[in-house]
Amino acid sequence: MIDRIASLGRLGLDIVTSFGRSGQFLAGVLAGVPRPVTGFPLLIKQLYSVGVLSLAIVVVSGLFIGMVLGLQGYTILSDYGSEAAIGQMIALTLVRELGPVVTALLFAGRAGSALTAEIGLMKATEQLSSMEMMGVDPLRRVIAPRLWAGFIAMPVLAVIFSVVGIWGGMLVGVDWLGVFEGSFWGNMQSSVDFVDDVMNGVIKSVVFGFVCAWIAVYQGYDCVPTSAGISSATTKTVVYSSLAVLGLDFVLTAVMFGDF
Amino acid sequence: MDTPAYVSLKDVVFSRSDRRIFDGVTLDIPRGKITAIMGPSGTGKTTLLRLIGGQLRPDSGRVEVDGQQVPELKRKQLYALREKMGMLFQSGALFTDLSVFENVAFPLRVHTSLPEDMIRDIVLMKLEAVGLRGARRLMPSELSGGMTRRVALARSIALDPELIMYDEPFAGQDPIAMGVLVKLIRDLNRSMGLTSVLVSHDVPESLSICHYACIIADGKVIGEGTPEELRQHPSRQVQQFLQGQPDGPVPFHYPATDPAEDYGLSGGVS
Repeated sequence: MIDRIASLGRLGLDIVTSFGRSGQFLAGVLAGVPRPVTGFPLLIKQLYSVGVLSLAIVVVSGLFIGMVLGLQGYTILSDYGSEAAIGQMIALTLVRELGPVVTALLFAGRAGSALTAEIGLMKATEQLSSMEMMGVDPLRRVIAPRLWAGFIAMPVLAVIFSVVGIWGGMLVGVDWLGVFEGSFWGNMQSSVDFVDDVMNGVIKSVVFGFVCAWIAVYQGYDCVPTSAGISSATTKTVVYSSLAVLGLDFVLTAVMFGDF
Repeated sequence: MDTPAYVSLKDVVFSRSDRRIFDGVTLDIPRGKITAIMGPSGTGKTTLLRLIGGQLRPDSGRVEVDGQQVPELKRKQLYALREKMGMLFQSGALFTDLSVFENVAFPLRVHTSLPEDMIRDIVLMKLEAVGLRGARRLMPSELSGGMTRRVALARSIALDPELIMYDEPFAGQDPIAMGVLVKLIRDLNRSMGLTSVLVSHDVPESLSICHYACIIADGKVIGEGTPEELRQHPSRQVQQFLQGQPDGPVPFHYPATDPAEDYGLSGGVS
């Protein structure tokens, strides 16, 4: 019994220590503001790596999710004779919830895991140590551009996801199932508010992008520098990011849309 | 030792978790000479280099490089000091996404604002010094182990450092690659006037090029001096290490319980 309590206490301490270390790490990264001349090309390279290379999966997922929403929405709404509201339903679902959340989950799986594996491998092959010994701060040179790239790329990807999703919903709703195009776009235009819906969705994706990128770079930097350690860190990145995104989504939704 | 020390360690104590790695190590590394630090695997030779480079902090004691107390330096000062140091890692630690040329150019691009044509000339000169000018377009994945270390060596001397630290440069090398590295370390020390610290457990190669050597075991320096002085050293532990004897003060058997217990013989082993 005592052993169980002790191990529970140890687990609690480990969690608190881990939070402390990741906070310190984040402060270290944010304190070292990259120099414009050297930092900008590094940021562009990482934006390509985490943003542009994630486009394919985001666009394809957005398209299919939008199409599924079109199908499901039509089936449900037509029972009440309100199939004309399908555009409004698809748009609100995507910009408020699915756009930021699904993009963040895809981002964690595609870009986050790649970031962790890359940084972990750099640690295991002593590339980070050699950089330190050359008088180059790896937090500034390696970590900061990746963190900022995740932070910037995520909202853009989420917007692209929502736009493609709406287009996919239109393909199914208007072109296939025959909903009147005027009501599809008209209802959407009258019910989607730029600040309350679109901007709140963007704010969510900014938060998710920051958290996913932070978890990914921290797990890579803090991993045990062995193949098993990198594998474990990569798994942790995906699991922790997914849980963080889903948990934060509830909190943000409650704050933004909960009229208490 | 007549030459003044470039690196000086005094009563350095360092522990990792519960294990004490160094228990009062005192050592002077003379300026402009090659100093070999030898010792059995796991004695903390690489840790010593990390203490000198400021990547680790000692629990107590002094680590001084070129008159500066390394553990007391602020981050900026430490990074400035590291620009005067070069380190050759055991794995080479080349940046895998950069070509050989770009790897050697990396410290020059980061720390200087030299024009591109001058960087090119310096990189080619450094690669020429290690015999790999012709390999400048290759990627690290296309290099052999020996070539990787030579490129890493070219990179570590790119900024003309005052101190260079070699971490197990001969480990896993074929005789030709080992011969090349021995020659390079000796020639670079002579031509550039570097202070070189060579961590290795390859006794013949290390003693053949060093001016001064020390052996670390059990967290302490157990023997030091010129290669000749070490060969004549009275300590049995030093002699066991230098001659590669399997048993001696460092026992062949890892400490264990009574064999009778493990074999299940209640009457003991006769």
